Amino acid sequence: MSVITLSVNGKDVAIPEGGSLLEATRAAGVEIPLLCHLDGLEPVGACRLCLVEVEGSNRLMPACTTAASEGMAIHTHTHQLLDYRRMAVELFFAEGNHICAFCVANGNCELQNVAVQVGMDHSRFPYQYPQRVVDASHPLFAIDHNRCILCTRCVRVCDEIEGAHVWDVGSRGSHCHIVAGLDQPWGEVDACTNCGKCVDVCPTGAIFHKEDTTAEKLRHSDRPALLKAARDEHVWRNQ
Amino acid sequence: MSSSAQTKPARQLRCCGASGCRSAGSEELQAALEAARDAAGHTAQELAIKPVGCLRLCGRGPLVACDGPGGTTLYGAVPPTEAGALIEATRNYDHASDTLQASRLDPQLPFFALQSSVVLEGCGQVDPESIDDAIAFGTYSQLRRCLHELTPEEVREQVKRSGLRGRGGGGYPTGLKWDTVALQPPGPRYVVCNADEGDPGAFMDRSVLESDPHRLLEGLAIAAYAVGADRGYVYVRAEYPLAVERLRKALQQARRAGLLGSGIDGTSFALTIEVRVGAGAYVCGEETALLQSIQGQRGMPRPRPPYPAQSGLWGAPTLINNVETFAAVPVILREGGDWYASMGTAGSKGTKVFALSGAVTNTGLVEVPMGTTLRSVVEVIGGGVPDGTPIKAVQTGGPSGGCIPAELLDTPVDYESLLELGSMMGSGGMVVMGETTSMPEVARHFMRFSVNESCGKCVPCRAGTVQLAQLLERFVERRASPADMAKLDALCRMVKATSLCGLGQSAPNPVLSTLRYFRHEYEAACRQPALCDRP
Repeated sequence: MSVITLSVNGKDVAIPEGGSLLEATRAAGVEIPLLCHLDGLEPVGACRLCLVEVEGSNRLMPACTTAASEGMAIHTHTHQLLDYRRMAVELFFAEGNHICAFCVANGNCELQNVAVQVGMDHSRFPYQYPQRVVDASHPLFAIDHNRCILCTRCVRVCDEIEGAHVWDVGSRGSHCHIVAGLDQPWGEVDACTNCGKCVDVCPTGAIFHKEDTTAEKLRHSDRPALLKAARDEHVWRNQ
Repeated sequence: MSSSAQTKPARQLRCCGASGCRSAGSEELQAALEAARDAAGHTAQELAIKPVGCLRLCGRGPLVACDGPGGTTLYGAVPPTEAGALIEATRNYDHASDTLQASRLDPQLPFFALQSSVVLEGCGQVDPESIDDAIAFGTYSQLRRCLHELTPEEVREQVKRSGLRGRGGGGYPTGLKWDTVALQPPGPRYVVCNADEGDPGAFMDRSVLESDPHRLLEGLAIAAYAVGADRGYVYVRAEYPLAVERLRKALQQARRAGLLGSGIDGTSFALTIEVRVGAGAYVCGEETALLQSIQGQRGMPRPRPPYPAQSGLWGAPTLINNVETFAAVPVILREGGDWYASMGTAGSKGTKVFALSGAVTNTGLVEVPMGTTLRSVVEVIGGGVPDGTPIKAVQTGGPSGGCIPAELLDTPVDYESLLELGSMMGSGGMVVMGETTSMPEVARHFMRFSVNESCGKCVPCRAGTVQLAQLLERFVERRASPADMAKLDALCRMVKATSLCGLGQSAPNPVLSTLRYFRHEYEAACRQPALCDRP
């Protein structure tokens, strides 16, 4: 296996060739916030929280989708990046209806964690209070679009791991929303296998088990990576 | 009988049939002219009436060019009632009616005299719906020459020598892109023409498609030969129905003539081209989103690298250029790369087509050498603001570009100069603004456009543009505060730096450029202007 070396915040690291900048930051022990990325799913570079500075480039690059190359020097926590990250998190909070106090994911929410991580205590941008709906037509699960941040993890896990492709994104711009089937109520989508992987990967309380109430949602966001390793490399957790 | 075998009629009337003139009634005029000719007892051999494409001065449509022994005369805004008089005038202009004299345009007008037709040389000359006419004009001769006499390397060498850069806005060196695709490992590859021209105020590509579609197909075929592709797509927006219709017709004719398909012109070169019609998303003009859309997926950009030249349609190396870039290729091969490179500036070679509109006397299509000053484009060629008041600013590059103030109009038009001014070349839309234009309103207009056209994939563009539009609303309504000014500055920088694709990254440009040159207008809209931070 060939290895490439690069530096993260001045620290030299070696990672396997073909790895991403995200793997390099992990090798360096640096934590950067992530919302759309989840190990085991195809990275899409949509949340823009993992942007890093690459020396010699005037563009910021998403760590999750950018391939690391020999001799790169990246910086993950410059003042500018911290500022942009905080602003991005503010935009996430302002564009949806996120009310932690009675959310199933309170205390176990990646959006909440990221807000703490970037030091966001309030949003300088006015809340948009969009009109969104709750779809509780599925017998086991429900989706509350008010809490959706459009990370598309559910879309990807259902397509890539489960192979059912129940979810997709409808409309455009600020009207974007996750649709089930052909924009049907979730409960009417025959393709859904009731596997619950979308519940496992949802970073917020948008997709949840119906029996869960405030602050009761447990996440299992490690499952796609485990399943992928089991299928691709035939490595099981109990081995 | 092909028209190339016909003897050229002594006199002919060329009637513009592109969208602009059509909306001004060119179809009625052409029918009236044909009726008047027949009534006057002339045959088509004596006096041909030929439908052609864009005759440039769209604002004065419907346009008719009259070719006779004494040269060419151009008439604008001819009412159908004057058809008989126009037919009569082709023989004897001296007795022309007052109405007709009023619609006669002086060919020495700077609008015509200062243009150099390279990409547009066939526009207004050839019948866009006739391949015979295009072939008689010389179209496809360079494709034949390439196939029989030049290797793909030699073709690419000419394009590299020409210094041609992508005319879609980015300005990436075309020859380099072609090389990148050609040098990928063996396997299938594609050529794609981006005809999803969506900037408000831009109609260059539409004019080429409607006026000279065979030139585009020739350029596309040459490109396919040069990079080793055997499949191609032209992605046109659905809002250009006439362009789609003419392009489809041109493709059909080219296939029948053996200029597309397998074994083109007796060689082993094969090329299939398909038209894909967009469904109205502006973002599909972004190359990665466009490729997704061709594949039948939701038109959303993806991060680059890998660039389409490495991994494009279905993972294969894909060459993607816009209409104007491909349309420049046949001329470059005919006259040589060095000839093309002799026009323009050090970094930007050749000519550029602009669509001139807004508060300007002469609205229409303009092709000038790169390096021409903005002033000569908008004041000399364009004729300035109709009521004679000074120009306030010129907007270039659509929602991705910026407003260039009047005091900087002596800037030469090239990629670097416009970028330095915080605007960009863009695809070539140029909107002139008079003194009554409010800059925060302009910025809000473009920001609303970006809000509507954001695909929604990344948060800075999806949510940031919404916030920016609301902030600008406060300035337009003159209820902003100095804190809003700081927020506007900060959010613009964030959206520009962190958005995923070019659309989001350039969405703040109209705000940033108006903040840079017209900051006082924003300050005046604040309730406590004195507290606004000066940068």
